[in-house]
Amino acid sequence: MSLAEFLAMGGYGIYVWPSLGLVVFALVWNVLAARRLHATARAEALRRLAAGGRP
Amino acid sequence: MNWTWLHKFASPPHAYRLAGRLAPWFGWPAFVLIVVGLYGGFVLAPPDYQQGEGFRILYVHAPSAWMSMFVYATMSVAAAIGLVWRIKLAHAVAAASAPIGAWFTFAALATGSLWGKPMWGTWWVWDARLTSELILLFLYLGYMALRASIDDRDRADRASAVLALVGVVNLPIIHYSVYWWNTLHQGATISKIGKPSITGDMLWPLLTMLLAFTLYYGAVMLVRLRAEILRRERDASWLREELKP
Repeated sequence: MSLAEFLAMGGYGIYVWPSLGLVVFALVWNVLAARRLHATARAEALRRLAAGGRP
Repeated sequence: MNWTWLHKFASPPHAYRLAGRLAPWFGWPAFVLIVVGLYGGFVLAPPDYQQGEGFRILYVHAPSAWMSMFVYATMSVAAAIGLVWRIKLAHAVAAASAPIGAWFTFAALATGSLWGKPMWGTWWVWDARLTSELILLFLYLGYMALRASIDDRDRADRASAVLALVGVVNLPIIHYSVYWWNTLHQGATISKIGKPSITGDMLWPLLTMLLAFTLYYGAVMLVRLRAEILRRERDASWLREELKP
């Protein structure tokens, strides 16, 4: 099977690939968002500690 | 029975450290299994005799749909534990779960729509399965909006937990909708009773993806939980020791 045939997905390519892309995007985005959330919370906590525990 | 272990387990410093240690043990296996599952589903599995290559959407749609319900079930169990035993960590687990569940629900709806167009001839139909899944998305969004709208954390915890528990009634409706009502949606591919309705070549990538997504949720939830604990504990003395550079 050629690459073009594989990408065509028997004519369903325009439905199959966006589905895969969307889910992969959601998986990657959620990991990055969670890490960013933790980094932000950690930076905020460190800032409060540096300020003597009070904002 | 002695419950001190539970309180130690649910203490913020212990939970924060444990979540940090556990997250990679969920995350890396999830990553490997997702790669293997996608390869199995999109490359190795044979085409379906009715839907041809189009059926491969199954390998991202079904795990997303499974997670949309699994995360909600976990969230509501955590919310119930938080309400009954007043364990704040349980509320934090519920709060950390909601955005992940909302994403999976959106993914299930969107990939379902992309699957529906070629197979059913329509992007959307207001039948029981699709409508109840859409309600699930609104439950997640409502839960998050309710939390965001209440400043007092304890009140936000309790109010959102009640909402999560009321919404549990939607889960069996989603699951049984394809049997209770006439619908375009096909029945379950895998069920506890009876043999799966697909061949082994098609089945193993699906099972791999289901396991992978479940582990993935564990990893992302644990990282979000750590952020949630930090925000709740921002003036606690253990943080000074924990975050010491």
